[in-house]
Order: sequence, then C-alpha cells, then structure tokens
Amino acid sequence: MESRSRHFKANAAASLANPVLQANLQTAKGKFVDKRAIAIKEIDDFEVSREAAKNIRNRVLENLDLWLEKFEETATARGATVLWAKDGDEICRHVAEIGQRHGVHKAAKSKSMLSEEANLNLALTAAGIRPIETDLGEYILQINDNEPPSHIIAPVVHKSLDEIADLFHQVHKTPRKTEIAALTREAREVLREHFLTADMGISGGNFLVAETGSVALVTNEGNGRMVTTLPRVHVVITGIEKVVPTLEDLTLLLRLLPRSATGQSISNYVSVLTGVKTPAERDGPEQLYFILVDNGRADVVGTEFQDMLRCIRCGACMNHCPVYQTIGGHAYGWVYPGPMGSVLTPLYTGLENAIDLPQAATLCNQCGVVCPVMIPLPELLRKLREKQVEKHLRPWFERLALKIWAMVAASPPLYALGSWLGVRYLKWLAGGRDRIAVLSVAPEWTLGRDFPAPEGRTFRELYRKGKK
Amino acid sequence: MNSREDILGRVRARLGRNPENAVTARKDIDAALAERVQGPRPAVPTDTAGLVARFEEKSAAQSSSLDRVAALADAPAAVARYLTGMNLPLRAVIWPSLAGLDWRAAGIEVAPRGAVDSDMVGITGCFCAIAETGTLMACSAPDHPATVSLLPETHIALVPMSRIVPGMEDAWNLARAELGSLPRAVNFISGPSRTGDIEQTIVLGAHGPYRVHLVIVEDA
Repeated sequence: MESRSRHFKANAAASLANPVLQANLQTAKGKFVDKRAIAIKEIDDFEVSREAAKNIRNRVLENLDLWLEKFEETATARGATVLWAKDGDEICRHVAEIGQRHGVHKAAKSKSMLSEEANLNLALTAAGIRPIETDLGEYILQINDNEPPSHIIAPVVHKSLDEIADLFHQVHKTPRKTEIAALTREAREVLREHFLTADMGISGGNFLVAETGSVALVTNEGNGRMVTTLPRVHVVITGIEKVVPTLEDLTLLLRLLPRSATGQSISNYVSVLTGVKTPAERDGPEQLYFILVDNGRADVVGTEFQDMLRCIRCGACMNHCPVYQTIGGHAYGWVYPGPMGSVLTPLYTGLENAIDLPQAATLCNQCGVVCPVMIPLPELLRKLREKQVEKHLRPWFERLALKIWAMVAASPPLYALGSWLGVRYLKWLAGGRDRIAVLSVAPEWTLGRDFPAPEGRTFRELYRKGKK
Repeated sequence: MNSREDILGRVRARLGRNPENAVTARKDIDAALAERVQGPRPAVPTDTAGLVARFEEKSAAQSSSLDRVAALADAPAAVARYLTGMNLPLRAVIWPSLAGLDWRAAGIEVAPRGAVDSDMVGITGCFCAIAETGTLMACSAPDHPATVSLLPETHIALVPMSRIVPGMEDAWNLARAELGSLPRAVNFISGPSRTGDIEQTIVLGAHGPYRVHLVIVEDA
C-alpha cells in the first residue's frame, strides 16, 4: 500500500471535518474498551501474564535468526515450502509464481495485513488470479472499490450500517436490507460460493510455532478455517517476527490476544495448521507455502526500537487512543493506524515519509498500559521524535525555535530577561482578565481552551522580594 | 544473494551473531523446546464435576447449547430430539469414526464423509474439550474431516466427559501423548461462528455454523 502518511495533517483535518465519519467513530467508541476491561478480569493476575508474554516475545527476538531457522526446519519437515520476501514486491512475485505453478484462477483470502503492505490484490489481478477478501469487513472494503481498512481488527469501524446497506444493495443488486444479521447472511451466501471454487487460500499468520512448524490463525467468522481447508493450495504470508517457541507459549499469547482485541476469552476458531494433507485425508490443502516477510522488520532487530517487534496486532492501543478515537484510522495514511502504526509506519516506510505520526500522540500512555506485550509505545514515539530532530527532518522554524530556546535556557541572564519580558507581555495580552482567549504566538493552542494569564512578575522576582 | 540469506544475514549482523554465541543461543532454543514451560494459567477446577460444570458454563457463554446423556448409545436419540425440537431435518453428514452408532434407530439418516455445501447438519466428536473456555479441540484425520464442523449451518458434537481437560496446555499434552506429532489441522471451536464487523454488533452465523450443540456423554 502506498503510504499517504506524509499528508497526515491534511488527512486528520479532513477526518475531523467529516460528520459521517465522526458519527461512526462515536458509535464505535468504548465498545472494545469496555469488553476488554471485563475480559481481563478472568485472568487472575493480568500483569503477570503480560510480563510472561513480553518475555516469550523477547526470547525469540534476541535470537531471531536461529528461531527462524528452527521454524524453517520444522515446517519443511512436515512438507511445507518456506519462502522469504524482502519487500511487498517480492511477496507479490512469490504468490503469482505459486499461482501459476498450480494453475490457480481464484484466491480466497482471510485477513492479512501483510497483503495490505504488499498491495497484493492488485498484483494478483494483474497475474490473472482473482482475489476474494472473505473477512466480512475486508469484503465490504473490497466491493467498495478496494477501500483501505481503518482498523487492524475491525476494518470497517469507520462505516455505518446504513452505508453498508447501500453498498450491498448497489453491488449485489438485491433488495436493500437494514438488519445486520441479514446483511451478514447475504455476504455469507456470496462468499460461500467463492470458498468452494477457490483454488488457493491466502491467510496471514497470528503466530508461527517453532516447535511444530505450524501457523496459528484466530478468526471468529470461520473464514480462516475455510481458506485453509477447502482450496488445493494454502499460502501463509507473515512477518519474520511472528515466531513463538512452543505450543505452551502460543497458549499464553492466545489468552491475551482476543481479550486485548475484542474482549473475548478466546476467538471462536483457533486453527493450528501443520503441513499438508495426507493422501487418505478428505480435506485440506495439498500444497502449503510460508512466505516469511522482512519489509523493514530485519532492520529494526537489535535497535532501540526492537520492542516494537513484540507486537501481536491486537489493536488495543488504537482502541484506547484519544487521537485514534477522534480521527479514525485512515488519517494515518498506511496499513497500521493508532499508536502502533505511528511507530511502525516511520520504521517500515522511512522516518521522512511519516513526519507527523510520532507527533500524533498526547503521550498519555493509555496504549502503553493496555499493550498485552508491554511495548513502551510513548517511549518509542519520543525516540522517533528525537531521531527526527537528529536527522534534521523537522521544519526550519521549529529547528530555529529550538536553537533559540537552547541558547536562552543555557544562559541565566538571558533566561531572566526572556521570562521578565514574557510575563509582562502575557499580562498585557490578558488585558485585566485572568485568561487569554487567543494566544497570538500559538493561536492553535487556544483553539479549544484558554491560556491562564500570569500575574505580571516572574518567580525570580517574587522569590527575591520574599527574601528581603 | 537470495532473499533468505539477505534477511537472515541482516538479522545476524544486527544481533552480533558469531560462532561462539550461536552455540549458547542454540542451547537456549533447545532448552525452550525441551522444557515447554507453561505460563500463568487461570484457576480451573480439576475434579470431574467441577470441570464439567465449568465447561458447561463457558460453552453456554459462547452461545453453544448443551445436553447430557449417560452413554454413547444414547447419543443418537438425544441428537434426534434436538433436531426435531429445532425443526431441522433428521439427516446429517457425520465423522466416519461415529458412523457405527445406531443412528437409524433414532430416525437419523447419516452420511459418513466430508461435508458439502448442501449439508444442513454436521455431527462430529472431538479430540478433547477445554473447560477453561468452553472449547472443543478437533483434530483432522481421514475419519475426522474438518469440513463437517464447518460447512453445515448446525454443528452437533459428542463430548466424552472423560475428555474434558482444564486448559489448552493439557490438550497439547494429550495430543503429544496420544498422537505423537500434530495432525494437519487442530481446530479449536468455541461456539457458533460470529462477526462483529458491522458496528461492532455481534451476530451469530458468519461463514461457519449458526448453531453449535454439545452432547456430553457421561460414561465415555
């Protein structure tokens, strides 16, 4: 997916000015948050589990090269083919080649954020393979002219029932339905036909298990099971950071993932898939491919941002983020929105291409508190801000202002003079009131609040006077 | 250089990999795979009555319906009662491993094979069941086609009481002990399929079954 993250400010302004989007965000607000709060109470000590989950993820990242080799060995031993992709283009090439090798005309896809990173659907179409998104949310987006998702768990959280009812009516040429259950059944009937006729199933991978060479998939709809059971060929596309050591480690992470994501104690379907079908089996794919993807991940290993690679894509950080709740996911401009996106997008697509994302946070640490693998998101956002300054990526006036500030702050006489002038100017600006409605040096700051007016003398002046 | 070497090469360089630390790291990996340390687990009863009660409570919370019979031979009649009560046809696709029960006597016509789109009802067993979350564990095998619990709108599962285990960790240990290696597909099923994609409102029956009915068999 081509990044539009450099236009973050304009995107965010457009989102704020869009009344339909604002109403839809309001509808969604808090639903996942409330359910999560209830679901984590079933775990006796959620903090102990978070700590354990963090350690599992770190254990793999600390020796990622060897864990990947181990996974490759166990998966291959069970008849899977392990391929590697440096970037999105290479993912597309691999999938197109696999399709050609096995005479594939139609591919049924369950949700894969990696395929969004790679813009895979376009490439498949160009290669003569028809891609069908089968997650209900992703399907809605696909028939709406390939709109990008706005949330990693709830892709159409930005759309209302009304909009979806209109879309189904137009695209399926059926009478307009307004019941969610009826719309879901309509999609089920359309997609069932595709499941039965697809030659290839494409899925992401929530986790790769090194012990057994398996991929673990969680879904509620059952589409993950369909695309890995019915088509002849199954292609798993997943990031190199998704390896976990054992089935026990997988089990712990599965206790945290659905609780953090949707507030469920377990997803409806958890599939642990290993190798290809045996000749006597009646269902299951004859070919299984893993595409292990770098696309920016390898270069984060061993850096101060490595903690980010623990991410298990639950979406809790965005569900709890005041910025995400206000502007929605599209404004972030790439595949991953919210706090995790504000860290991942600059790391994977280049700091200079997402200049405003690390700034798009109040650093309130809601995201850090809810993250099931304890990623210090605010700290990582702060580090990205530092990097921007070090690399001279901030605008010239900001850099100049910081230089002047550094000079003034380092010199006590200059600082005293500056504050002496400052408080008097602000007092004059307040004109006798105790609040300033429009701060002329930073008008944006006072758009939604007043600035408290100072009394007219600095702390130093008052202190000196008190001593006498 | 191929992509594998390129990617692994960069990871190795970033981790400062050398032959000496590779030896230590491989030991850590072997230890992790041998020890298979369990993480913190929620408290779940371990006595049979407690396990069954927890399984029933959580299954109901996942929107599965429940029934209990004394013996496996009673299962067909219980299934027939459920189907009649739900106004469903007395015709089902079934795991071949369960075809030996006397379904005909209960008035149910069963087809032992993988499911097809037109099958309305699918009857399966399970490898074991998990009390913690009200979950079935189904292992694929020639006699246990995965489609039977997936394609039909109604899924009925026979759950032997002795196979209800506290948590997923216990299910893995059972699989290791009895099957050796994992089958192609292990499917954990917790109630009917569902989606919350439209306005975060949960509706039952997405791509898989609309209904899951569990028949617990006491002496099996």
